[in-house]
Amino acid sequence: MSATGTAAARLTGARELGARRARGRLNHYRFAPLVLILVNVVLFAAFFAWPAVIGLVYSFTDYTGVGSFHFIGLSNYEQLFGDSAFYAALGRTVLFTVVVVPTSFVFSLLAANLMVDRFAKGKPVAHIILFVPWLISPIVSGVIWRWLFGENFGLVNFVIESLGGGAVPWQSNADLSLMVVVIAATWGGTAFSMLLFIAAIKNVPVSYYEAAALDGAGPWRLFRDITLPSIAPTSFIVILLTTLNAMKEYALFQSLNNGGPGTSNNLLVQYIYQTGFQQGQIGYASAASFVLMILLMVVALIQLTVNRRTERRR
Amino acid sequence: MTATTAARATRKQPSAPGTPTRPRTRTGTRQLGRTIRATTLLWVLALAYGFPLLWFVLSSFKPAGDLFSFPLSLLPKSWTVQGYIDAWSSFNFYQFFANTFLVAIVTTILTVVASCCTGYALAKYDNRWLKVFFVCILATTMLPTEVMLAPTFLVVRDLGMYNSLAGIIVPSVLTATGVLMFRAFFLTVPDELVEAARIDGARELAIFFRIMVPISRPIMLTLAIFSFQWRWNDYIWPLLVLNDPNKFTLQIGIQSIVGAQNINWSVLLGASVIAIVPLVLLYLVFQKYVMNADLNAGLKD
Repeated sequence: MSATGTAAARLTGARELGARRARGRLNHYRFAPLVLILVNVVLFAAFFAWPAVIGLVYSFTDYTGVGSFHFIGLSNYEQLFGDSAFYAALGRTVLFTVVVVPTSFVFSLLAANLMVDRFAKGKPVAHIILFVPWLISPIVSGVIWRWLFGENFGLVNFVIESLGGGAVPWQSNADLSLMVVVIAATWGGTAFSMLLFIAAIKNVPVSYYEAAALDGAGPWRLFRDITLPSIAPTSFIVILLTTLNAMKEYALFQSLNNGGPGTSNNLLVQYIYQTGFQQGQIGYASAASFVLMILLMVVALIQLTVNRRTERRR
Repeated sequence: MTATTAARATRKQPSAPGTPTRPRTRTGTRQLGRTIRATTLLWVLALAYGFPLLWFVLSSFKPAGDLFSFPLSLLPKSWTVQGYIDAWSSFNFYQFFANTFLVAIVTTILTVVASCCTGYALAKYDNRWLKVFFVCILATTMLPTEVMLAPTFLVVRDLGMYNSLAGIIVPSVLTATGVLMFRAFFLTVPDELVEAARIDGARELAIFFRIMVPISRPIMLTLAIFSFQWRWNDYIWPLLVLNDPNKFTLQIGIQSIVGAQNINWSVLLGASVIAIVPLVLLYLVFQKYVMNADLNAGLKD
């Protein structure tokens, strides 16, 4: 009796499945997608999920990377928030981000606009020239700008001195040194944002421009009133990506000024690297990493909220 | 991509119908003015971006003694490749180059394969676990290497991959950008194509390998170029994982020249230019795959 019952149930089940398949519902096919995502699931578990968990656990311990460890509660975080070097690194990171994001934004948007301007000549060649800096690694970019801005040997100071000025302390003044990094970061980051902007501008309906041009709008008005609002979602992505990249910048500082002069241009990642790997305080570095991660998330959330609000207003 | 081409095609038209209505000369001068303005601005920008590299490359051909001899000259007074020879022969540079090449190639192949499979599964199948995994992939964009240096390092060490090239290859295979690029592409492929193949009796994985993989070739190339560039230029992760100078990558090698007490600029210039060349060549050959990359689609989703 029960056997027939299950058989009947199985039959209806099979019929339902058949019906689903006929209707083109995909959720029956469980096996194939699992096989396809398997590799990335394993990688995600091993190199993202698991480290995130143990990182959080270690941040409450005095683990040094080897041997045993003890739970020490919040004292890593207490020590972190009492450390002036941490605040210095945090302040420098914020300053760098606040300067580099708008600079990079303006230059990549300008470049993108020129690249789609039908009056500009020589675009293919200019495109390659503008694009090459993106190919160059942060380490080599740092070397290039260090060579250009060397205090005693750089071309920039040579030109300034030839024109009668005094040598500018590009390396030994902390703020000037940061400015050189900002220039280098803008130089290297422009091409990628420019690519995003070009794609966005090309997708703005041409009829908008034609209508506005008939009404006598000049190039600047076209840009301000049509291009800029139309590419707002892309602008949001560009700002978000450049902000996140700026906040975790490391290699460029390493090769350009080694976080110097002294330790004045150490950013958060430098701080994490030094405490975690040069001083072997894995627990403490994990705590610092978590603060950085929360910062990145807060930045992303704020920008998402602002983006949503502006989109709703429109 | 088709939308972009269409927009580009229509964009060129308005200049033609616009012209005859106005006096020819006025429009002509105005257009000339705009051409001059836009072209000048474009080339000022291009020169500003190109000059630092030009100066760097030209300097690399100067003899070591002339590098710091004032007044500086743009062109080398006597051209030499001694800096390149010194760079190549010192510092185990050949080994660095080979290591970097191996890492970049292997990681790129694995990334493309893994991203293609995952992107397809996320785009063309629908179940709860796939949705969860999609959110996980998005979450990884918030967890860059730099944020999880210490714990990821411990995981890699405990898996026995410390000080091996596998330790920099395996953790870099999963990239959200790659998965999102393929997902965005497969979303544009009509479901009917899959349905038709199913009706013809093709099995699920066969549909993927026989139909979907071949049509995604442009995305594969685009991601391959990006991935190669990322891995070629990686610095902080190889720095942590590799300890043996025989396994160093180019970027660590260059940084070790920069980090020295007295920088040997002649060697450094040569080494840096050598490190740039492969990527520039790759870019020039596959330019259109980088330009046509619909990055927006991949990153927005």
